[in-house]
Amino acid sequence: MQFMLLFSRQGKLRLQKWYVPLSDKEKKKITRELVQTVLARKPKMCSFLEWRDLKIVYKRYASLYFCCAIEDQDNELITLEIIHRYVELLDKYFGSVCELDIIFNFEKAYFILDEFLLGGEVQETSKKNVLKAIEQADLLQEVKKVIFKNKSFVT
Amino acid sequence: MSDIVEKTLTALPGLFLQNQSVGGPAGVKTSFSSRLGGLVRGITALTSKHEEEKLIQQELSNLKATVSAPTTTLRMMKECMVRLIYCEMLGYDASFGYIHAIKLAQQGNLLEKRVGYLAVSLFLHENHELLLLLVNTVVKDLQSTNLVEVCMALTIVSQIFPREMIPAVLPLIEDKLQHSKEIIRRKAVLALYKFHLIAPNQVQHIHIKFRKALCDRDVGVMAASLHIYFRMIKENSSGYKDLTGSFVTILKQVVGGKLPVDFNYHSVPAPWIQIQLLRILGLLGKDDQRTSELMYDVLDESLRRAELNHNVTYAILFECVHTVYSIYPKSELLEKAAKCIGKFVLSPKINLKYLGLKALTYVIQQDPTLALQHQMTIIECLDHPDPIIKRETLELLYRITNAQNITVIVQKMLEYLHQSKEEYIIVNLVGKIADILVLNTVDTYAPDNAWFIQTMNAVFSVGGDVMHPDIPNNFMRLLAEGFDDETEDQQLRLYAVQSYLTLLDVENVFYPQKFLQVMSWVLGEYYYLLDKDTPEEVLTKLYKLLMNDSVSSETKAWLIAAVTKLTSQAHSSNIVERLIQEFTISLDTCMRQHAFELKHLRENVELMKSLLPVDKSCEDMVVDASLSFLDGFVAEELSQGAAPYKPHHQRQEEKLSQEKVLNFEPYGLSFSSSGFTGRQSPAGISLGSDISGNSAETGMKETNSLKLEGIKKLWGKEGYLPKKEGKTGDETEALPVPQESIIMENVDQAVTKKDQCQVLTQSKEEKEKQLLASSLFVGLGSESTINLLGKADTVSHKFRRKPKVKETKSGETTSAHSMTCSYFSSSSNATYEDDYYLDALQDRGDKELNKFSLNSELLDSESLTELPSVEKLSNCKLSSSPSLFTDNNMEGFHPSQSTAPSVAPETSLASSLLEETSEHMHSELVEVCHNETISVSSYKIWKDDCLFIVWSVSNKSGLELKSANLEIAPAENFKVRQ
Repeated sequence: MQFMLLFSRQGKLRLQKWYVPLSDKEKKKITRELVQTVLARKPKMCSFLEWRDLKIVYKRYASLYFCCAIEDQDNELITLEIIHRYVELLDKYFGSVCELDIIFNFEKAYFILDEFLLGGEVQETSKKNVLKAIEQADLLQEVKKVIFKNKSFVT
Repeated sequence: MSDIVEKTLTALPGLFLQNQSVGGPAGVKTSFSSRLGGLVRGITALTSKHEEEKLIQQELSNLKATVSAPTTTLRMMKECMVRLIYCEMLGYDASFGYIHAIKLAQQGNLLEKRVGYLAVSLFLHENHELLLLLVNTVVKDLQSTNLVEVCMALTIVSQIFPREMIPAVLPLIEDKLQHSKEIIRRKAVLALYKFHLIAPNQVQHIHIKFRKALCDRDVGVMAASLHIYFRMIKENSSGYKDLTGSFVTILKQVVGGKLPVDFNYHSVPAPWIQIQLLRILGLLGKDDQRTSELMYDVLDESLRRAELNHNVTYAILFECVHTVYSIYPKSELLEKAAKCIGKFVLSPKINLKYLGLKALTYVIQQDPTLALQHQMTIIECLDHPDPIIKRETLELLYRITNAQNITVIVQKMLEYLHQSKEEYIIVNLVGKIADILVLNTVDTYAPDNAWFIQTMNAVFSVGGDVMHPDIPNNFMRLLAEGFDDETEDQQLRLYAVQSYLTLLDVENVFYPQKFLQVMSWVLGEYYYLLDKDTPEEVLTKLYKLLMNDSVSSETKAWLIAAVTKLTSQAHSSNIVERLIQEFTISLDTCMRQHAFELKHLRENVELMKSLLPVDKSCEDMVVDASLSFLDGFVAEELSQGAAPYKPHHQRQEEKLSQEKVLNFEPYGLSFSSSGFTGRQSPAGISLGSDISGNSAETGMKETNSLKLEGIKKLWGKEGYLPKKEGKTGDETEALPVPQESIIMENVDQAVTKKDQCQVLTQSKEEKEKQLLASSLFVGLGSESTINLLGKADTVSHKFRRKPKVKETKSGETTSAHSMTCSYFSSSSNATYEDDYYLDALQDRGDKELNKFSLNSELLDSESLTELPSVEKLSNCKLSSSPSLFTDNNMEGFHPSQSTAPSVAPETSLASSLLEETSEHMHSELVEVCHNETISVSSYKIWKDDCLFIVWSVSNKSGLELKSANLEIAPAENFKVRQ
């Protein structure tokens, strides 16, 4: 996978993850073009797009568009499932996720994404394992926080 | 006073905004965590882009102050980072925070470190210079005893890491492969995968450790190692054949549901792992029978298991099909895979349909029958409202183009081309059309001149300046080299000249520069074919273009080259004079040079003629590249004490050794290149030779010889030469037999296509589609005989053809007539005597008619006896439908068959035939070709899923036909003689 974008129906970018090195200018150009193209498509149309020499796989969940760029020989359908699995993970983590969750906690969304996809490849396909990893990290943070608070309390 | 007011006023919005971003609706106590929320809310409340920009700029300057303030705690820094990420996502520059992100990753506690690493991974890319500052932190964290820290370090390494610093962390990551925690092992494998991608030679020595990872007891680690193996096998499949067994075993376990339930996805066992394994197997089994045999079972199992009607099973099925077609073929599997493709293509879900088309595109060269089976769906997709589906369909059609369906397919592609606006698509499509056209025209099957030139015109006008430069070059080379037949070539050139003259007549139309260049070359080179005394008319047009400001100077060089060329043929033109006047004072040095050259050449007509010979663009000119004619001059100069010439490199060396010597280099360079800069391009084919005669060799090499190598031979005498020859041994027994029948019918199809369309507009849309199908899929039928499946069950789907030749004759002709059908330049020498029955496919002899009649319902009703009487309507049938025969008797066919001479003497038959056919949809009777004595007409009948082609040959003279020789060029195996 080359990159993944999340944007709203209004065309506002909500999340971006680039797995190929590109300059900021290129990234902006690609994002702008893709958001336009995807938003212009009608709901009954195919979830795949040919764009330059890449394949774009996108899917809409409520007001959010999830959009992945893959190479031509990659499997489009399984990419759709990657998107779906990511949404499932978000859903599980936030508890019926909505766009606002992602806007206000986008760093969490990134952490989840990093546990699921790494360097553009699927890292862990078991939902349980991904969430376990996230929870572990979160938990440690909480513990740290508690310790930190206690410390400050003591001193 | 006013100063203070002003200051307050300018500060107000900032204060206000700060309030807004900090406060939040309820006016809660300012906490860092709500700052982002405030920012987000603030932005959402805004209405215009301008306001947003103002707010963000304000926010950014606040952040800038905060992050650089020494009092800022790491906790605040973490909060700032989150907001910075957010601002960057909105498209604003937050580069001042990059260094702080690295600092945060370095100094923070776990919580802050995590955000720091995230910010780094989002802000920087792997070539960013600041990334070097992160290496130390990563090394430290990799050595940490805290699992979470190690995880974070490995995560960042797998995403972005500077290539040159890999050795610093490699041993640490290698160690992690033995870590007790599977999550660490998994991330370590992925980090190594990343290293393999960016610097494969650095991880070569640990390939053996990847094997360990593949056998890891944890599924996640094993799955991660598959990514590496996929890459490595893709690069070098022969090195990993020994692992085939392992991959097969793993896939068997996965398919069999032996993995933990966690890995199930919508009750499908580990689809990602399955797909990755299938892709690996596809690579391993490619062109390798022994390896492929190992995987047949598991592939079969996968195809069988993937039954659930869920997207993810389709994903697996698709990959399975792909693998089955990639590896050494096995007929059973291919059959099942073909069925799967059918499921995709026929699915109402648009995504699956798209993939079905994609799969068809992939397999079409191996198994063209699949396209025939799904032809109606493909036709529907051609008019699909979704352009993506359309485009994939065109891609599919592009792969099945042959001499017979080229007109229709190219027409469809042009239609799409006119609709598309995106440059990438245009370039791609134009390339494909040109590919089809140019390659096809090289063959003798060239569609007629007018069509070819007009299509190329359309391609040039649309594709214009974005197209690949090879296209115009190839086109001009094609014109220059021509084909075997010289008169045909001249006609093509003449037509091109005429068509360009017409195009240039149109006022106020701007053609792309490349197109103008092609035009000027063709006009310059072949205008003489028009046989006009003076090229005055064309010179006027070229002059007009030259004076046009919208024409680029490169194109002007081409134009003036054309003018020069034309001037050599007729030199007394005042337009040329005017032109010389205009351009000898031009500011463009290149144009000025061309004008001066032209001026001086005109003064020496003899020289000009020898320099610019007519129609010699393909011939090499003898040029004294060593400039030996200057030898005397050189010797004289040397004897008078001039310095000997030193080659460029020698001068360079000397210059380096003694730096203080003056640099003469620019002058040296300009000598050889000034004359050519503008000229190089048009000279490519013909003109260059004129000036390069007395100058450096470099110009010559490029100008005179045309590059002939590197052109793929895609079109042969039988039409499109599929690439499969080398690939699949099974198919080499391709029977050329059925081909000619199809060509035959296509001759008239191409002719009658338009008429048919008109006729059928009243009839149902369905029928139109069938028509289109018949013209698109023509030529594939022959290949259907080499169906790999080896089964007859496809017959019912296939496109049947039963061309019939109905012959009416009333007299005697003395000689065979040859009728040249300009289409496909196939000459059908039709000479008939009496009546006979033709069977294109059978060579079994004379009297087995009953057998043949099995193949054709229509024949059943006919009694066939010999009756040599003249002046009777008789029947001549060509039953050449390849699909009617099942495979077993197919093998008996030979390329050249004898005919089955027997006669159907029924006068009434013709009328009965017509009666019968009138029940079905049929096209109008169209004359295919004729001469004074004989005329051949044809019409088509659609019945069920068959297509009948009825040919009627009528003799207009009163003579008796002595012999009829029906020959479909170029294969002579379709011959009727008696």
